[in-house]
Amino acid sequence: MNRSDRLDATFAALADPTRRAILARLALGETSVSELARPFAMSQPAISKHLKVLERAGLISSAQDAQRRPRRIEAKPLAEASGWLDGYREFWEASYERLDALLDELKTHRKNRAKSRR
Amino acid sequence: MKNTGTLKVVTQGDREIVMTRVFDAPRDLVFDALTKPELLKRWFGPHGWTLTECEVDLRVGGAWRFFSHGPGGRTMGMRGVYREIARPERIQYTESFDEFAQHGSALITTTLVEHNGKTTLTCVSLAPSLEVRDAVIQSGMEHGAAETYDRLAGVLEALRVRA
Repeated sequence: MNRSDRLDATFAALADPTRRAILARLALGETSVSELARPFAMSQPAISKHLKVLERAGLISSAQDAQRRPRRIEAKPLAEASGWLDGYREFWEASYERLDALLDELKTHRKNRAKSRR
Repeated sequence: MKNTGTLKVVTQGDREIVMTRVFDAPRDLVFDALTKPELLKRWFGPHGWTLTECEVDLRVGGAWRFFSHGPGGRTMGMRGVYREIARPERIQYTESFDEFAQHGSALITTTLVEHNGKTTLTCVSLAPSLEVRDAVIQSGMEHGAAETYDRLAGVLEALRVRA
């Protein structure tokens, strides 16, 4: 996958609340599938489906332990997605700071105009 | 209490980006700043960029066109068509970047809600693809991908997508 495909896959995977909750749990450490399923009112196969989406997006992986196959979080694609959003934020933050100053000026103009009309 | 100035950016689904920002001004002034060329020229653009040409035909079906100059002689052209105009509360338009026009247009919907003299701006951007946005941002600014994998909590927080 190239970077754009990865970002698409990441944001699509993150669009679901159950998958975000799974990631939040995995952020605390490796966890087995049955442990992951416990807090959700969901069958293990349903959870496995979500895990597959996360795995395909490269957001989680399975540890080598063949018996339990605990899942672990993969930080790199998440950091990439967050970096992408940071870029977007920076783009607009600079603009909006200038807009703050302009709006202050427009407000002052309006006040002065109202005063001089009185 | 100062509750203006914080820009929130979240993704919604896999194609929408939602931006929220509070401005300390009534919404008719914010609306003017978003739609009048002489005002747009004074604030629009990322750091180091200046909006040098700005044409706005503010009516449904009317076209807009921005042209900006940036560091190192770089330029950026954007254009689109107004789809909906409801001064001073809502405006919807298409947006495409000249350099990536073949990828199609994003649909931008901006709403302004005023409360106690302050205006909350919400801007929903429905992108044709993340690739376009990505390319635009990469070309528009020197932004190295944040390669800090150790801030996992912060990363998850930043990615807390709207349900």
